[in-house]
Amino acid sequence: MPEKNITGTTVEVGEDGFFLHPEQWKEEMAPELAREQGIDPVTDRHWQVIRFMRKQYLEKGEGPSVRVLGKTSGVPIKELYQLFPKGPAKTAAKLAGIPKPRGCI
Amino acid sequence: MSEQIEKVSIIISKGSLDGIYPGLIMANGARAEGIEANLFFTFFGLDAIHKKRHENIKLASVGNPGLHLASWLGGFPGVSSLMTHYMEHHMAELDIPALPEFIEMIADSGTPLYACKASVDLFGMKQGDFIEQVEDIITVGEFYEKAGGGEIIFT
Repeated sequence: MPEKNITGTTVEVGEDGFFLHPEQWKEEMAPELAREQGIDPVTDRHWQVIRFMRKQYLEKGEGPSVRVLGKTSGVPIKELYQLFPKGPAKTAAKLAGIPKPRGCI
Repeated sequence: MSEQIEKVSIIISKGSLDGIYPGLIMANGARAEGIEANLFFTFFGLDAIHKKRHENIKLASVGNPGLHLASWLGGFPGVSSLMTHYMEHHMAELDIPALPEFIEMIADSGTPLYACKASVDLFGMKQGDFIEQVEDIITVGEFYEKAGGGEIIFT
């Protein structure tokens, strides 16, 4: 499996760039991961979504879908797509160091 | 990895629940992957964006072998409503939104919705008959312009 160096720490990621071990993630890695996705700077609104993703994952074992994010993260769907144009749930999961959410909706 | 899809234009031409949802799921899924999407409603698909009709979209219970229901039974009054109710209940359990919410969500994701001019004329409809998220009534030629550089999916 590919390894990746982020802010001086080596982590294991899958072929698609998602963390294989969410426990290797640290908050200070998010800005560098965000820059790779074309997001700079990481604003408070981005953080709200990233932290929500991570919390949901740790509680439920899976990251939320865009619909769930829109309903419960406090950031509406329109804004989610402005913050994460390449797909809110997918991008935020990558920045939060959790696996890609697999919901179809 | 093989070449990525960057853009899709999805045509919804049917007005039944089972005719509308697949196209919506494809559009919503495209946006969730960061793929640009357009939605074009034609013929009976227009009911999906019709203000007065989009809350009452029914499952086709006649001529729908997928339901595994005898054809003669599917035509009885109330059977289509009953099957629709059953399906909607099941979809809600799986967290699939009801049609009006789903279409609003897709529009919010930055997918423009268009109505087909030929069908709008055929059914004697006008812009005011459609939900506010419908951006425009366009010709097939304009559709192809908007679909330029992407894939087209017909449902």
